Amino acid sequence: MTGFLEIDNLSAVIRGSQDRILRSVSLQVNTGEVHGLVGESGAGKSMIGKAVLGILPGAIEIVEGQVRLDGEDLFALHLNERRRLIGTKAALIPQDPLTALNPSRRIRAQITDRLVDVLGWTKHDAANRAAELLEEVHISDPARVLASYPHELSGGMRQRVLIASAFAANPQLVIADEPTTALDVTVQKQILRLIRELQQRHGTAMLFVTHDLGVVSKICQRLSVLFAGKVVEQAEVAQFYRSPRHDYSRALLVATPKYTEPLTSLMPVDESVISAVSVEIEAADREWRGV
Amino acid sequence: MSDDNPMFRVRQLSVALPDFANKPPFGRPPLIRILNGLDFEIQAGSVLGVVGGSGSGKSTLGRTLVRLLKPSSGLIEFEGADIGQLDEEQMRPLRRRLQMIFQDPMSSLNPRRRVKEIIADPLRIHGLDRIDARVDEALDHVGLPRSFRQRYPHELSGGQRQRIGIARAIAMRPDFILADEIVSGLDVSSQAQVLNLLEDLVRELGLTVAFISHDLSVIRRLCSQVLVLNRGSIVEYSPVEELFAAPKSEYTRELLDSIPLPDPDQPGW
Repeated sequence: MTGFLEIDNLSAVIRGSQDRILRSVSLQVNTGEVHGLVGESGAGKSMIGKAVLGILPGAIEIVEGQVRLDGEDLFALHLNERRRLIGTKAALIPQDPLTALNPSRRIRAQITDRLVDVLGWTKHDAANRAAELLEEVHISDPARVLASYPHELSGGMRQRVLIASAFAANPQLVIADEPTTALDVTVQKQILRLIRELQQRHGTAMLFVTHDLGVVSKICQRLSVLFAGKVVEQAEVAQFYRSPRHDYSRALLVATPKYTEPLTSLMPVDESVISAVSVEIEAADREWRGV
Repeated sequence: MSDDNPMFRVRQLSVALPDFANKPPFGRPPLIRILNGLDFEIQAGSVLGVVGGSGSGKSTLGRTLVRLLKPSSGLIEFEGADIGQLDEEQMRPLRRRLQMIFQDPMSSLNPRRRVKEIIADPLRIHGLDRIDARVDEALDHVGLPRSFRQRYPHELSGGQRQRIGIARAIAMRPDFILADEIVSGLDVSSQAQVLNLLEDLVRELGLTVAFISHDLSVIRRLCSQVLVLNRGSIVEYSPVEELFAAPKSEYTRELLDSIPLPDPDQPGW
């Protein structure tokens, strides 16, 4: 099976060291599929998304592996070509809608910039498209919102704007990096539904980064559980929630709060589980250094 | 303490704060009403959960209880005496007894001070004795090794930082602790650890806690009574089991239905 996005044996280190941030990560996302990346903070889930988009922090260096987008090996391309390819085929929905928007510019300009500058649309077409997009994300008065500054909008509204902006150029791959973490639960539900609706309508491939196993179960078809930059389990969502295979995934699932099961959820991950995964990781590291 | 002698009795509490977003160029900013006539009690030794969406006034409520804010009207009775209008001088003897744990342990711990100083400073300010011993005791209580005395906040994980926040509060031997979203910045596993710890401390030290959270799952685990706030008013005030078995208000129902459970077949999604 070939996916729209294929990550193959990807390893990244802190520049100048042997410490791996990503440990031989492999995963595929097919067209029309949402793949969840789950793990605790520092597990490297956002790093994978950033590696795909070519926006890793300067201190992190990819030392091994391939990322193929629509069959093209990204690291084999020249920087400009790579940027053009990523820019036309992929888009990002960021976590924090307030920091992702420029506070001193109106919403209209922030949506149309990319269409005009990167994709060469005319300003007129881009402005029409922006209005159309806001309707698509169920904003009832697009004209007012387009003329607003970010501070004039609520958190949910700002996230809708960013979703609209991500889908603006009909991307075939969307990377959603904790897109609902900063929102209230009631707003989170609306936004998740909206992302699912757009993703299904456009048949987009999606990489969905989150720490919340509740959210994954609502939007993803497959998932990868990460620990210290290593994929410890990859599974179909339906199968995963019935019977997770890895001890760490099981522990993570039991740690996830369930108000319906107050006595058997929200349990800390056992030390023994953590040390077992750590041993697994050390073994993998030894093997990797040996290669 | 019996039911008619609660630690806190709050009557018709209203809070209005100046709204600087709409301040005219000259003159005072208009007041914006945050809390509207709240009535509730907190029994000694119990944990009251306060839930609501962002902007519902839950943090304002907490801050008014420990008198970081002054109510515009209404009563806040602490052990039978109204503390609502006391000035800073009059509040001082009560400060040690009313402690607070904050949401973000990174910004509520001074990055330039070591753990021992972070815990010891308030003790010193309140003129307590045996400070070293109290610091060690507090670290023991929160399950951190005494060697952590020498560490700086950046040398700790998120969960450990939050334990220091808790240690700082309980070292004062308070009667009441306000915990404002103390686990929302943590990973699920650290969340569970911190909640277990708080649960144990409530039992061991006989603490009374107001636990503010936007997460009903966490509330269910810890609290005996729940107060649901929406736009500054109480929409539901029930024992925790009742609230989960049969929520009375539409808003509570909506909050419950919006929680994504780790279950792909959850109805309503």
